[in-house]
Amino acid sequence: HIATSLPLPSERDHFRPRIDLIVFMIDIKSKYSLKNVEASLAHVDASFFLGKVCFLVTGVGRVNACSIETNAVCKLGEAYCSPVLFCELELEGIRVATAQRLLRMLQICAGHIPGVSALSFVSLMRTFDDD
Amino acid sequence: ENVDPQKTAFLLRKAWTLYSVTPLYRFHRARLRDYARLLSAFIAAEKQKGLAVEVGVELDVKVVVSSLADLRGSEQDQAAVLVQLSLRSQASSRNSEDKLVWSGWFCSVYGDDLSENVPEDFTCLPLFLTHGAESYTSMVGSWFQKTFDCCFRRLAISPLNLSWMVAMWAGCKLDRAASAVELVFSVPRLSQPLDISYAIHPEDAKALWDTIQKTPGEITQEEVDVFMDCLYAHFHRHFKIHLSAAKLVKISTAVVSAHCDGIVKILQSQYLPGALMLLTELAISQIQ
Repeated sequence: HIATSLPLPSERDHFRPRIDLIVFMIDIKSKYSLKNVEASLAHVDASFFLGKVCFLVTGVGRVNACSIETNAVCKLGEAYCSPVLFCELELEGIRVATAQRLLRMLQICAGHIPGVSALSFVSLMRTFDDD
Repeated sequence: ENVDPQKTAFLLRKAWTLYSVTPLYRFHRARLRDYARLLSAFIAAEKQKGLAVEVGVELDVKVVVSSLADLRGSEQDQAAVLVQLSLRSQASSRNSEDKLVWSGWFCSVYGDDLSENVPEDFTCLPLFLTHGAESYTSMVGSWFQKTFDCCFRRLAISPLNLSWMVAMWAGCKLDRAASAVELVFSVPRLSQPLDISYAIHPEDAKALWDTIQKTPGEITQEEVDVFMDCLYAHFHRHFKIHLSAAKLVKISTAVVSAHCDGIVKILQSQYLPGALMLLTELAISQIQ
């Protein structure tokens, strides 16, 4: 399911299946996308931040078109205890690899991988980042 | 720091194309005349190969390579090097004036980050600015690359850095005839390209920046963000368009104008060192 911002329209609440993972997409070329994500974060229940939220920064291949400081996004990830992934959607290889990564995360968050919970996975990712 | 305004007047009000240059190997300031001769011979040879710029009358290209002693930031910086190409008509050699067709200059203003970490035989002049035909730029560039084993790359300026420049210079002291602060945005992903030009009265821009900047002489990323957000919010209020989703491609202030493709124009001599310092920093980060 794709949405341009949160909150999701309440009319469809009872039709909606359980949400296992929220991926916030930030386009490095658009300051607006960062503002939009920051505003949408306020509408997310706190329980999601135990491993069911991730930030995906796109457009990183074009360094010269940066409108956002990567530092600002990393700080956002730290503030919300959620991983930040960087990718370039215009390159097919990276696009496919990123999709596979997200799918793997989703499987963990949905509880399909025995022995690995969303929370344990995100704390694994966090210790890696701190190095 | 104390740059003689007369010597650097020729740098102002011209559109310079920017490049980053890696350190030059075994560049000797004492040999500038030799370099001029060698470069002149190289250009003549290139023209003979059929890569001539001028069609028709064969004109001699005269090369002058000089040192601009005052154009530097700190004592660690190398003084700037200026290369000028002029056409000398063969018809009347004595009294005809040489026509300046191309200028390029290498400089480093507070480029200590780079020069500190470089071995002895290297000269650090990371910023290269050109004005004139691209064909001459490419010939001069090739000669320098071959002779000093260096590498030139066009220096692009990101929207992030352009907004830093607007904030830096929109707040400058204005003289009577200051021009508007102008921001040009390019809107992505449309079938027809669309550019939005946003002009702000210079006094309004300065007033806004003065309310935001906390310490005179110091600028933080947060202050730049607040400044730009105010401008975006104002525009959105009137036109319901989110400029923050578009790409900032060009900025113009009374002091400096800059385009994201790496083209700048410096309009006032007192801000020349500050502008060159910022551009040197951009060039160094592109090299590293």
